[in-house]
Amino acid sequence: MKKYRPIEHTADIGLVAYGRDLGECFSNAAWGLFSCITDLRRVRPEEVREVRVEAGDTEALLVDWLNELLFLFDSEGFLGRRFDVVEIGDGRLRARVWGERLDPERHRTRIAVKATTYHQLQVVQRDGWRARVIFDV
Amino acid sequence: MGTEEQSTLVTQSCLYRPVAVLKGVVVMLKEAVEEWMGAVRKIDDYRWELPQNYKEGMNVPGLVFADEEMMRVIGRDQSLEQVANVATLPGIVGRSMAMPDIHWGYGFPIGGVAATRVNDGVVSPGGVGFDINCGVRLLRTELTEVEVRPKLQELVAALYTAVPSGVGVGGKLRLDAKEIDKVLLNGALWAVERGYGLHEDLELLESQGRLPGADPTKVGSKPRQRGAPQLGTLGAGNHFLEVQVVEDVYQPETAQAMGIHGYGQVLVMIHTGSRGLGHQVCEDYLKVMDGAIKRYGIHLPDRQLACAPVSSPEGQDYLAAMACGANFAWANRQCITHWVREAFTQVFQKSPHELGIRTVYDVAHNIAKIEEHVVPSPSSGQVSKRVKLCVHRKGATRAYPAGHPEIPAAYQGIGQPVLIPGDMGRYSFIAVGTEQAMAETFGSTCHGAGRMQSRAAAMRSLKGTDIRGRLEARGIAVQAGSYRGLLEEASEAYKDVAHVVDITEKAGISLKVVKVRPLGVIKG
Repeated sequence: MKKYRPIEHTADIGLVAYGRDLGECFSNAAWGLFSCITDLRRVRPEEVREVRVEAGDTEALLVDWLNELLFLFDSEGFLGRRFDVVEIGDGRLRARVWGERLDPERHRTRIAVKATTYHQLQVVQRDGWRARVIFDV
Repeated sequence: MGTEEQSTLVTQSCLYRPVAVLKGVVVMLKEAVEEWMGAVRKIDDYRWELPQNYKEGMNVPGLVFADEEMMRVIGRDQSLEQVANVATLPGIVGRSMAMPDIHWGYGFPIGGVAATRVNDGVVSPGGVGFDINCGVRLLRTELTEVEVRPKLQELVAALYTAVPSGVGVGGKLRLDAKEIDKVLLNGALWAVERGYGLHEDLELLESQGRLPGADPTKVGSKPRQRGAPQLGTLGAGNHFLEVQVVEDVYQPETAQAMGIHGYGQVLVMIHTGSRGLGHQVCEDYLKVMDGAIKRYGIHLPDRQLACAPVSSPEGQDYLAAMACGANFAWANRQCITHWVREAFTQVFQKSPHELGIRTVYDVAHNIAKIEEHVVPSPSSGQVSKRVKLCVHRKGATRAYPAGHPEIPAAYQGIGQPVLIPGDMGRYSFIAVGTEQAMAETFGSTCHGAGRMQSRAAAMRSLKGTDIRGRLEARGIAVQAGSYRGLLEEASEAYKDVAHVVDITEKAGISLKVVKVRPLGVIKG
C-alpha cells in the first residue's frame, strides 16, 4: 500500500496519507512529513522518542502529532523514520518514534517545514483511512 | 472526523489532482480564472472588488489591487476565496484586502491585509502566519560594484560562513532561559547591548525593533526550546541574504535621504523572521484559538482562521506572545546585520564605519499591530473617525506616509521606506509609503513578488536546469545549502516583482524609489 501522495499548493506543500487503520494513516503522514525534510532511506532507526499528544478531535490530533515531530526536529535535530503508534483514539495518541539526529555529513536536507496547518485539513475513513494536510514551508 | 460525502473533498480542487491529468488541469485553470473574472467587479484599472454577497457571512467586500493581467494570474489558485473567507472575520472594517503579490496561503492569503476593531473585533494568529515578523532588513555601503566585483566570490563565501543558514542548522549563540526572556522583551536592543550592531541601527527599524506589549510569560517552554538554538540564523526556503547593486533611481532626492546615491552603489538585503520560536508561538495559540472560537460563538469557513476577540484573555495573550516573536525576529536580523559587517570587514580589510555599512530600514511583513486609523463611521453615514484597529499584515508591508510620527526622523520628509524583495534572479525594489495608503489600505502595500508556481511545479519544469550556472552567467555569485532549494526559488516560480510594484505605484499606495539587482545570493 502506498504510504502517501504529495499534493500541490502554490506557496506550500501538502500530502494525503493512507492507512489500513487510523494509526497506520498517522504513521504514514509522519513518514510523508519527514520525507519533505530529508531522504528517509538514509536515516537510521537508532534512537527512540516517546510522543504523546491530546486534542479535541481527530483532525486536530493529526496536526498536533505532526507538529510534535517538527518540534523534535527543530529543538534537537531529530529525524523520525519509524513511527509505531501504540495508542490512538478519544483524542489521544501515544507513539514511539525511531530515528536519529540530523548529521549534515550523511543527511541531505530538502525543505524547511515551518508548521502543520489546519487549512483544508481532513481525516476520513475511506478504503481504510486517509488524511489530507498542508504544511507551511 | 469526515463522512463519506465530505471525503470527496480530498480530490475536489483541480490543483490537488495527480500530475497525470496535467492537461485537464490547464483547462480547469482557465475555467477557474474565467469564473473569478465573473465574480469580481472592476473598480478601475488597478482595483477590483469582490462583492460582499459573493459568499455568505462576509462582513465587508474584498478589494484586490491588480491590473487585468495580474487578476488572471491571481484567479488561478484559491487566494480570492481566501480574501472572501477573511472578510467573514468578526469586527473587520473597510475591506478584506489583497495586494498584487497575493497568492494562495493557508487560511489568510499571502499578500493580505485585514483590520479589525480592537473593541469588538478579533485577532487571528493565522492572519500573521507561522513566521511572525518575517521581514526585510536593508543595509547600505559606500562600496561600488566596481570595487566589490573582484572580491565577490570571496565576499559571498565569507557571508555564507558568517551567517548560519539551511534546514536544521543551528546558530552560534547559546542562550539560557533568562537571556531568552531579554530577547523576547527587547528585540534588536538586546542584540545591540550584547555587541551585535550599533545603537544608531535601532532608530531605523520599524517599531525600533522592539514591539511594545511583549510578555515572555505568555510564551511557553516549547517555543523557547525551538528558538534558542536558532537565534542568528537565516533559515531556508525563501529566506535569503543578498548583496545587491543599485540599478535605477526613480526619485533621486528621496533615495539620497536613505543614503542611496545612485547607480552602482552596493547594498545588502536580509530576508528572514522569527525561526522556530515564532512558528511554535503561532502553533500554540492556534490551538488556544481553535478552542476559543466555540466559547465565543465564532463561525469560520476555514479552521486556519481561528481567532478570538482582541479584548479577550486569549486575544491579549496571543498579542503579548506575538510581540515576543516579533522581537525575536528583530534580534535575529540585528545579529545577522552584525555578522554581515564582520564579513565585509574581513574581505575588504576596512572597518564597517570606513565601509559605510549602515542600516537603511527594516520592515515586518507578517505581523498584527494595534494602530489608529480613520474609518468611516457606519452609524453616522460619511462622518469619519479615528478608531483603534488591529491591523493584520500577512505578506504585506506597512507603508506610512511622510510626516507620520511612527517613522524615523531621517524619513519624516520622504515617507517610510518599503523594502520589496523580488526573486533571486531578477531585481528588488525600495519604495516609500503614501497618504493614499493611509486612506485606503490602513497604511499597507505589497511585500514581494509573490509565488506563482508551486514548488513541485517549479521542480518539474526546471528539472536538470543549472540554476547556479544560469545565475553565474549573469554575474551573480551563489552560495546555497541545497540544489533543490535553489531550483524551487528560481525566477520562473515567481511573479515579476516589477509588475507588482508598478500596480502599487499606479494605485498610489507606495511609490518606487530605487531598483536593485542581485550581485551575490546566499540561501539556506
